[in-house]
Amino acid sequence: MDTYYNPDDLGKFGDMGKESPELWNAFMKYYAKVFEAGALSEREKALIALAVAHAVQCPYCIDAYTRASLEKGSNREQMTEAIHVAVALRGGASLVHGVQMRNTAEKISF
Amino acid sequence: MAPAQNPVLPFDDALKSCGLFPLTAEGVSILQVNLGRRCNQSCEHCHVDAGPGRREMMSDGVMEKVLSLLARENFSALDLTGGAPELHPRFRELVSRAVSMGRSVFDRCNLTVLFEPGMEDLPAFFVRHRVAVYASLPYYRREETDAVRGRGTFDKSVRALELLNAHGYGMEGTGLELHLVHNPAGAFFPAPQAALEAQFKVELEKKHRVFFNRLFTITNMPIARFDSFLQKSGNREAYLTRLAGAFNPAAAKGVMCRNMISVSWDGHLYDCDFNQMAGLKVNHGAPDRLDDWSRKLLERREIMTAIHCYGCTAGSGSSCGGETAP
Ligand code: SF4
Ligand code: SF4
Repeated sequence: MDTYYNPDDLGKFGDMGKESPELWNAFMKYYAKVFEAGALSEREKALIALAVAHAVQCPYCIDAYTRASLEKGSNREQMTEAIHVAVALRGGASLVHGVQMRNTAEKISF
Repeated sequence: MAPAQNPVLPFDDALKSCGLFPLTAEGVSILQVNLGRRCNQSCEHCHVDAGPGRREMMSDGVMEKVLSLLARENFSALDLTGGAPELHPRFRELVSRAVSMGRSVFDRCNLTVLFEPGMEDLPAFFVRHRVAVYASLPYYRREETDAVRGRGTFDKSVRALELLNAHGYGMEGTGLELHLVHNPAGAFFPAPQAALEAQFKVELEKKHRVFFNRLFTITNMPIARFDSFLQKSGNREAYLTRLAGAFNPAAAKGVMCRNMISVSWDGHLYDCDFNQMAGLKVNHGAPDRLDDWSRKLLERREIMTAIHCYGCTAGSGSSCGGETAP
């Protein structure tokens, strides 16, 4: 293995069903259901997935949901805005922990 | 460049897997006529390799044969394509004679051609002959459209849509049909047709105040210029594999070649415009020239298939009339 991430590995995702097919099948059924149109459209769900893929920094998911977003009719402007939502949340989540820093500093300082 | 190998099963094997082999026609209801390769544009996805430099155009002799066929045979529609069919010097004559014979006419229009010299009368001509206009517009934004069709195309296309709307096309109650045709701007599949149509309607109305009737989505076919793009960009294997992986028997059942014949600028017969570009004439005992036309042999002919047929059978299917298995 040259790198931890290999694009071909995405095609081997199904191998994860080999040791515990029951859990795998249940997961896949659930996964497929989640992405069906419901109160949100398939396009909106793909955009959420794209944003989450960036938040969890999964290259497989970024690959898959870039394509999925385009194939549901989104454009790069919408996709870029979706990523900024993830970025804002990640940044905001770090920043809001600054309050803990302040609390701790407060507690141990004169 | 070395000829590309195909990474997927032959298309006939996919047909066999669902009992559709051999694929046969069920009639010849639509006559599609390709008037030539000349076009005022040179789009990235063009399966015809059309462009301003192309000289192949239908001769007077072939045109007469088309007209005589239209006069003696019944077709539900005459579907005109190219290149830009309107650039053919006898385009108007063909349309008006077909209409006077009672045939409906579809024009596959790239929109920008309306601004070419000598085309000023086209919208009014379309109205008089109640031609149904199938206009290509890859996307509702400038960025994607210009990436496919060249800089400035989007703005010009919007102006053409305004012009057609002003003539009543795409407007409620006129019965003048203006449909848009969407191709993805790259090596990926089109969005579901109904959802994309809704997006196009909202965006084009909101930002540009232009209107249309239906949107049809077409999968990019791995032939000619788009195939070169696939090869150059290293996407060919993945694209073909995905097309084949998305093979849908219901879409295969509804492929457009089962109900049409495509005539080339030089008077040969093909199962569809894609086979025309791949050089695959009608065969399996059916005549491949206008001169030898036989409805009996053509309407039950076995269709010539190739790897690009996967483009018609992926997912919800694809044809000149959009999805075939929504
Ligand atoms: S896709 Fe249509 S408009 Fe574009 S070059 Fe080909 S024939 Fe012309
Ligand atoms: S490419 Fe042509 S011959 Fe092949 S399935 Fe599509 S319409 Fe039929």
